[in-house]
Amino acid sequence: MTRLLFEKTGKAVWISHLDLMRLFQRAFQRAGLPLTHTHGFNPRPSVSIALPMSVGVESGCELLDFALDGAAVPCEEIRDRLNAALVSGVRILRVYEDGQKLKNLAWLDCCLTLEYDHGVPPEAAGRLRALFSRPSLPVQKKSKNGVTEQDIIPLLKRVELEQAEENTLTLLARVRCQNPALNPMQLLAAVDRYQPELSPDFCRCRRVEVYDENGNVFR
Amino acid sequence: MTDRKQRLLPAVQKPARYTGGEWGEVQKNKDEIHIRVAFCFPDTYEIGMSNLGMRILYGVMNNQPDVWCERVFAPWGDMEAALRREALPLWALESQDPVKDFDMIAFTIGYEMAYSNVLNMLDLAGVPLHASERTGLKNIVFAGGVCTFNPEPLADFVDFFSLGEGEESTVEILDVYRRAKAEDWTKEWFLREVAKVPGVYVPSLYTPVYEPDGRLKEIIRVEGAPEIVTKRIVENLDEAYFPTKMLVPSTEIVHDRANLELFRGCIRGCRFCQAGFSCRPVRRKSPEVLYRQATELLEHSGNNEITLSSLSTSDYKDLRELTDALIPYCEAHKFSMSVPSLRADNFSRELMERVQAVRKSGLTFAPEAGTQRLRDVINKNLQEEEILSTCAIAFAGGWSHVKLYFMLGLPTETDEDVLGIAELVYKIIQLWKENGVNRKRGLSIRLATAYFVPKPHTPFQWEQQITPQEYLRRCKLLKEHLYSKCVEYDYHSPDLSRLEAVFARGDRRLGPVIEEAVRSGARLDGWDEYFRYDLWQEAFAKCGVDPNFYTVRGYGEEELLPWDMMDVGVSKAFLLRERRRAYESRVTPDCRHGCAGCGANCLLKEAGCDD
Ligand code: SF4
Ligand code: SF4
Repeated sequence: MTRLLFEKTGKAVWISHLDLMRLFQRAFQRAGLPLTHTHGFNPRPSVSIALPMSVGVESGCELLDFALDGAAVPCEEIRDRLNAALVSGVRILRVYEDGQKLKNLAWLDCCLTLEYDHGVPPEAAGRLRALFSRPSLPVQKKSKNGVTEQDIIPLLKRVELEQAEENTLTLLARVRCQNPALNPMQLLAAVDRYQPELSPDFCRCRRVEVYDENGNVFR
Repeated sequence: MTDRKQRLLPAVQKPARYTGGEWGEVQKNKDEIHIRVAFCFPDTYEIGMSNLGMRILYGVMNNQPDVWCERVFAPWGDMEAALRREALPLWALESQDPVKDFDMIAFTIGYEMAYSNVLNMLDLAGVPLHASERTGLKNIVFAGGVCTFNPEPLADFVDFFSLGEGEESTVEILDVYRRAKAEDWTKEWFLREVAKVPGVYVPSLYTPVYEPDGRLKEIIRVEGAPEIVTKRIVENLDEAYFPTKMLVPSTEIVHDRANLELFRGCIRGCRFCQAGFSCRPVRRKSPEVLYRQATELLEHSGNNEITLSSLSTSDYKDLRELTDALIPYCEAHKFSMSVPSLRADNFSRELMERVQAVRKSGLTFAPEAGTQRLRDVINKNLQEEEILSTCAIAFAGGWSHVKLYFMLGLPTETDEDVLGIAELVYKIIQLWKENGVNRKRGLSIRLATAYFVPKPHTPFQWEQQITPQEYLRRCKLLKEHLYSKCVEYDYHSPDLSRLEAVFARGDRRLGPVIEEAVRSGARLDGWDEYFRYDLWQEAFAKCGVDPNFYTVRGYGEEELLPWDMMDVGVSKAFLLRERRRAYESRVTPDCRHGCAGCGANCLLKEAGCDD
């Protein structure tokens, strides 16, 4: 199994997780890099993305595992050939011959950009800092089994707030990304629920980096 | 800050269909462009991107260095609501620029029930609906596709129609527009000039006059306007442009695979089938060209599935040669190949066994009519024997799904014909009992009946459509005679097919009806979740138009027909002859067994039909 690190930006952020897998399968084929196939009645090329991502989320730290069929190809060559066969917005940053076990993937740094069309409300950064310092912060979570309450505090390691521009506030957070995972957009849900007057007009989300349990960069 | 358009995306379903940016999309530098074309498909992205014709013309237009053709699709209801709420105009995918900024707005229309989408898309774009309200050279609206073989219902809204295959005529149209823009012509002048391009119909040059009883009396032409507009065809498909560097959507579409067209036209003359007559004559690609195009398509696109498409794939002369070459290629690369529209002949049976993708989808037959008599009336050359023997072999080979398609309301149909469908189903069930090996899974038969819609340019173009009540009675009659639990019979409500019948044979008096329906909210009529029959009924009432005039009335043989001016190559005398033969239950052999003299050979300059 080989692993690659890619980013997803621009128009490509609107591609869903399933569609992105198909997009990669086709890109490998266009690049002349045949993938091994799964066994079974309906064989599929084997690619898997470590952390499925919601539509609309940007990322600079996506990991995809794959297995090539046939002779080994140097990592840089795989990267370059794939990049020539990919749509704009999906770009391979690096290819690794091997990778850590996915079960050791634990934390994700993400950045929410809160956009306020009429300027960031006064004291917003401080009030949000206080919000995320509460001992518990339950928000609603939609799942297959209906709506449940999820306390986000145990799944949050760190929250930093910074006013970048007059109209935007950036919120950097380290959230648990496996067992269980916290969808970073739940931070926005907490704002909407507990500080509705600080709800932004729009919020963008970007995944920045992934870590293991000890806070070392995960690859 | 994120722009207003982007902000709509998180809240809509499948946002990737509004962003563009796919593999193979054409981007150009606006500064080098003289003509910008917004190419609109009046249905969703998933449907439109599956349309081969649109892909071909997208490539044809973009092959012109100073032309940039971009794609536009009908937004889904959630996106439409968001656009209206935010007062944002419909945009084209490639540049994300508003459609109203484009020089030309093209539509390809393959289905009458997309008419509401045509108007709704213009409205969402902020472009005036009526051709007469668009006064300059900007926003020239033109349309092609099979519906334009009777374009009259859209005559108020579309500046000109391009009849037939567009590979060559579109280039000629763009040439005229290029001159018009460079020399600053008026729109009227441009329309006069573009009307000289063979295959182009400019409705504003014609005025219909009606009899007191509503029938068409005559059509008054502006001097110099062509008396007859003859559809265009591409004579040599081997040399015609074909987009092997296909655009690959980043989100799943209906036909999410490479699509290769083997030939155009159909040798068979099923008398209800508009495509069968209006796409004549048969022209095929050579197997060498097809093999090359197939491999290029798969390699450039990264698709792992290819469909060999045509109206009737089994009738491709070199199917064996082509598949003998393609199957090993696909196997070596782990590609799958699907071959729809196969007939129940021997070679097709053999092919079905060799092609995996066909196996998955099960057996499909479209006998269309339940008795041999009625199949002879409609000239559907499919014998019960063929269906049964194919089923027997397939059942023995482990297959257990059968799909059957029929029509109800065909000319001369009686209850006996309706019950013939039930009998055929019964025979298939008996065969399963004798031959089926896969007993555990059980047999499943899906039976569908469609409400017959008489179409222009067919021998049935004069026929009456039966009433919706009568259609439903026949459906119920059939249902009462299906006893087995393994048969799933769904018949659609007749509403949509009734409207389809109105618009298929409609005239210009339907323009206000479409406009009224759209103003009151009609769109996406092909989708159950959006189709609102009540809006259409109200629109007919409000405009004082009786739908029965176009459906159950039927048209007289002497009557001037709204589409008489459109020539698809098949003569009216031939259609009449075929109508007579239908009433005598006499079949007409297919083109390969003898030319029936339909007239379509006159469209060819160098070769004969089906050479
Ligand atoms: S085989 Fe018959 S129904 Fe099919 S395309 Fe040809 S004419 Fe039409
Ligand atoms: S001219 Fe003859 S061979 Fe050609 S399409 Fe017509 S009937 Fe068929």
